Amino acid sequence: MSQITIALSKGRIFEETKPLLAAAGIIPAEDPESSRKLIIGTNREDVRLLIVRATDVPTYVQNGGADLGIAGKDVLYEHGGEGLYQPLDLQIAKCRMMVAVHKDVDYAASVRRGARLKVATKYVKIAREHFAEKGMHVDLIKLYGSMELAPLVGLADAIVDLVSTGGTLRANNLVAVEDIMPISSRLVVNQASLKLKRAQIQPIIDAFAAVVSKGN
Amino acid sequence: MRNWLLPEYTEDVLPQDAARMEEIRRRLLDLFRVHGYRLVIPPMLEYLESLTTGAGHDLDLATFKVVDQLTGRLMGVRADITPQAARIDAHLLNQQGVTRLCYAGSVLRTRPDGLAQTREPLQVGAELFGHAGVESDVEIQRLMVQGLQSAGIQALLVDFSHVGIFRTLIRRATIAYDLEQSLYAALQSKDKALLQELTEGLDAEVRMALLALTDLNGGVEILQSAQERLPQYAEIKQALVDLRRAAEQLADLQVEVSFDLAELRGYHYHSGMVFAAYAQGYSGPLALGGRYDEVGSAFGRARPATGFSLDLRGLMTALEPATDAPAILAPHGADPSLKKIIASLRASGEVVVIDLPGHEAHQAELGCDRQLVKQGDDWKVVAF
Repeated sequence: MSQITIALSKGRIFEETKPLLAAAGIIPAEDPESSRKLIIGTNREDVRLLIVRATDVPTYVQNGGADLGIAGKDVLYEHGGEGLYQPLDLQIAKCRMMVAVHKDVDYAASVRRGARLKVATKYVKIAREHFAEKGMHVDLIKLYGSMELAPLVGLADAIVDLVSTGGTLRANNLVAVEDIMPISSRLVVNQASLKLKRAQIQPIIDAFAAVVSKGN
Repeated sequence: MRNWLLPEYTEDVLPQDAARMEEIRRRLLDLFRVHGYRLVIPPMLEYLESLTTGAGHDLDLATFKVVDQLTGRLMGVRADITPQAARIDAHLLNQQGVTRLCYAGSVLRTRPDGLAQTREPLQVGAELFGHAGVESDVEIQRLMVQGLQSAGIQALLVDFSHVGIFRTLIRRATIAYDLEQSLYAALQSKDKALLQELTEGLDAEVRMALLALTDLNGGVEILQSAQERLPQYAEIKQALVDLRRAAEQLADLQVEVSFDLAELRGYHYHSGMVFAAYAQGYSGPLALGGRYDEVGSAFGRARPATGFSLDLRGLMTALEPATDAPAILAPHGADPSLKKIIASLRASGEVVVIDLPGHEAHQAELGCDRQLVKQGDDWKVVAF
């Protein structure tokens, strides 16, 4: 039997994926939070987990470094998703992609005025397409984290970021002004793997799908 | 000084890999030749219009462009040889019956692509023009399988699809161009969630059919369920019959077959059955092909066409490099008997390397395991 490798990131996605893995009869041998191993075995000899950065999941799966992966729609959108199957919305790690500004800024008025805004974001592609769709001119500033800082220090007029509870925005005097898209995690599959290892992969997809449809 | 660095995603193929690549290239071209496929060598550069006509936007983006200093017109470096073969068939050969052409050459891609993640694939392929039936699809598919097997690829899987199914659904439901593009992208990634969203306003039968396509992948049994789950249009029925017939015709070649009716690769120019070859150790398809009956019309002469091609560099990613054949070291000199024996050894296929004066200390680099030594009046090959 061939080896099945599943790439996922630790933290929220790992925690929320555990029940799905359990439904497919896969129990991780270690907890990635406490282990420093990057490849984690499971109770199934033919299945192992690869612990990678969330943004790297599509790259690993696309190039065959992993057969399956779990990645947020935000990450997939930025990656482009070329060469990947995305058969299942897992309905986990849900949040929203939003535009946020300082609470004293009148965003709607700047849009009406046709002002050229400076927008800080980690999600350059999503932001570019969102504002292009609205017919707005923006200058994008690529940041790698803590986007909330940018409007506070005058680096940007607005940010595009993931919002889950809104707590971080409130704590930093920001308000969400526009909803871009709902985000949740997807199961992604390497195209060649699905064809060559179907007998092993299809049952995993089906088990995940059964859990997801029960949740709805 | 970094003058010797190559651009990203380009590479030198060094002797052992180059030897293996050349060996496979010759085997493939020989195989094509004995099947009646005639070799053509189209140019690296063409005017952009002729290069990308009929092949769509994707190929345009993949094409490097330069300005022709003779005419001021925009030229492209070919990113795919298939449309060049179609142009040759449509305009230059003008045969009324069946034309079989093959080719092997480098193409350039603006972005890294395929198994080897290279911007310079070495494309080898065969194309058959002038026949619209499933018999020519089968001929090309068998040629692809035999070619890969001759290159030493074991345990092949051939995956079939038929873009005619999706095209029929789009046409019957008169779906607008923008939605068609979105549906295509969603199907291509089997994104059922997105497909649910996109098909909301559509006729129930078409909607069910589009959603069903994402499930219709697997062994030959899925053709039966496709018959039950897809609308009973004549075009779809015929497509399913053709797929079954084509797959059956590969049985004697010891390959596995599978079907994936949501596979729409090359949908912008493919018009019928499409197929791809996969094998263990490769993270993507090794060879791709399919029917493209419309492409010739861009050159003023619509001809049914089907073909396949592969990237030799991609094929190499899981193959062992060649091992250098041990050579014979010969002394330099004007002795006629020495020249004679060297010529006869070379004629028999041996590699004979001349030991040039002043490099006796570096003999080991030449990879020789024997040498020519004069014993009495005769030259003898003796082990080192």
